[in-house]
Amino acid sequence: MALSPHASFEDKIWHHGARILCYAVLLFLILPILIVVPISFSAGNVLAFPLPGFSLRWYETVATTPAWRDAAQNSLIIGVCSTILAMILGTMAAIGLARAKFRFKGAVVALIVSPILIPIVITAVGMYFFFVKVGLVGTYPGLILAHTALSVPFVVVTVMATLGGFDISLIRAAASLGAPPLTAFRRVTLPIIFPGIASGGLFAFATSFDEIVVTFFLAAPEQRTLPHQIFSGVREYVSPGIAAVATLLIIVSALLLTTVELLRRRSERLRTGKR
Amino acid sequence: MQTSGTAGAARFAREIQQINRRQTFRDLALILPLLAFLLLVFATPILGFLWRSVENDIVPAHLPRTVVALADFISPGLPDEAAFAALAEDLRSLPPEANVAVLGRHLNATREGFRSLIMKTANKLPAVPEGTWRATLIKLDKKWGEETYWSTLKNESGRLTPSYLLAAVDLRLDDGGEVVRVAPDRRLYLSLLFRTFEISLQVAVLCALLGYPVAFVLNALPERKANMLMICVMLPFWTSLLVRTTAWIILLQGNGPVNSTLQWLGLITDPLQLIFNRFGVLVAMVHVLLPYMILPLYAVMKGIPSSHFRAAQSLGATNRIAFIRVYLPQTLPGLAAGALLVFIMALGYYITPALVGGPADQMLSAMLVYHMNESVNWGMAAALGMLLLGATILLFVVFGRLGAARNLIRAG
Repeated sequence: MALSPHASFEDKIWHHGARILCYAVLLFLILPILIVVPISFSAGNVLAFPLPGFSLRWYETVATTPAWRDAAQNSLIIGVCSTILAMILGTMAAIGLARAKFRFKGAVVALIVSPILIPIVITAVGMYFFFVKVGLVGTYPGLILAHTALSVPFVVVTVMATLGGFDISLIRAAASLGAPPLTAFRRVTLPIIFPGIASGGLFAFATSFDEIVVTFFLAAPEQRTLPHQIFSGVREYVSPGIAAVATLLIIVSALLLTTVELLRRRSERLRTGKR
Repeated sequence: MQTSGTAGAARFAREIQQINRRQTFRDLALILPLLAFLLLVFATPILGFLWRSVENDIVPAHLPRTVVALADFISPGLPDEAAFAALAEDLRSLPPEANVAVLGRHLNATREGFRSLIMKTANKLPAVPEGTWRATLIKLDKKWGEETYWSTLKNESGRLTPSYLLAAVDLRLDDGGEVVRVAPDRRLYLSLLFRTFEISLQVAVLCALLGYPVAFVLNALPERKANMLMICVMLPFWTSLLVRTTAWIILLQGNGPVNSTLQWLGLITDPLQLIFNRFGVLVAMVHVLLPYMILPLYAVMKGIPSSHFRAAQSLGATNRIAFIRVYLPQTLPGLAAGALLVFIMALGYYITPALVGGPADQMLSAMLVYHMNESVNWGMAAALGMLLLGATILLFVVFGRLGAARNLIRAG
């Protein structure tokens, strides 16, 4: 709604007021990310302003501290394994859910998305008691299964959304040309819904990579993940080293976000047939 | 092969039905692995945990004979000799995995003085009674002659107990089995629940007030520019919660950039306390939850044709009137859905208040974790879990009624 040339004084105030407020809120959203990056290049020991000078010493400190390296490794192992599991289980379920009509479908969908909705502390404690009983507390498989449960809803929702725009006659066309169902799936369905599966996978990875409360209850000290390590660091003393880790994680988020956006555009192109 | 028309049609219909049924089976087989996985790793564990809020195996596990002997006991008065003898027998032959301290602490939660009574009795109990067990126990500690301790034992001897759930809303059972409020100095959980709602409401209102203009202006801007600015919403959305919380601690601390800037501008002389209090919690939580407000609202606004606004203007409405009478009502469902979603998500927050809040800003989740890790009162932790989950589910039902779940999925 652009301002008309005949706008009254009052209209102008509202128009500019809304814009100023909008830009102020956007600044508020991006500010913490903008401020952490320069701090990580500080040459000083404390988080004082203005910065005493530029250096990469904190990156060096982080790279040579075993605790941070182990944490990064743990986050990667758990994130990648749980993402693969979530992608397999989630894609299968999404294909089934998109086609099938049965009586308790609503309840099944509610169960599948509930890991996002139920307060995380309840999930964490519940899993803790169960995993103690089956001997999975303090193990990698335990953490991977827990993270899979938390991230699988994102795969299901994303793949179902992609399937919503999927033209079923393509499968019939493939079948009429003699393709067995599995071949039709592999050669026709999969390439079309792949961007959805990949986006869901990235969502799942981001969820696992950011997870802390469940990890808190289930992980032994040797399974500490990055968020867990940051949490302990922040509780003790916020050093520029933490800002360096934060900057690296912001780069990871930016990469994930960019990839998801590219996949979304590709999926839209495939669906609309535009080049 | 020749068949009559109707028979062929019937067979054809049967075949179609068969194919459909086979297809449905195949689809269900695709859903089943995930369903089984979530039931095993997620749903059953949560139900198992919540079950602890009504389960009460401490007294039956420690004092099995006493529980049997007290079956017919009705206050007022004292139970018969058989109950005293059973208690003595139970306390002398506690099973190896039993723990008198756990039993004492459990009973002490409902009746103060029970911990010392149990410990003392277990330690000094003679092997044979002097006269009756009744006289022996009362001589050992005269509290055994008071009806209130026996009725507490009786109340706690069922396999199921309402006491944790009652305690979670500051209620308890008195000796006569009536539900009463706990003593004023022990009231704790209702005010905690109230505070949890209060913080969530503050966050939801702030998100609505700040998110609306952002969605509105972004929607009005040319698409290219709007997409550019959308990065300011999406990048924090994808950034780790811990990273953002850490950033706020750095920004808002005593010698941090915000205080430095304010001092440099001459607005303040001494640094303000901006973190480890309610202000810090609200800033950090609004920052985390604002995208959940902006994204659905933006999707709703995208669906409103701008011709509506122009039509109102052409009919003589000023911008303000056109906005209030035409535009705002169409966005209200989206606004309500976004605010409710933010409110529900805020209810369960734990990490952010733990890192940037003071003791007076901790929410229900923090108390649940305290009962898990520090006071080791799992029944109480489960009761608080029931309270939190009950509130969440109730609000989600309201959310579903708003027809907003679809908007959310579309925006996500």
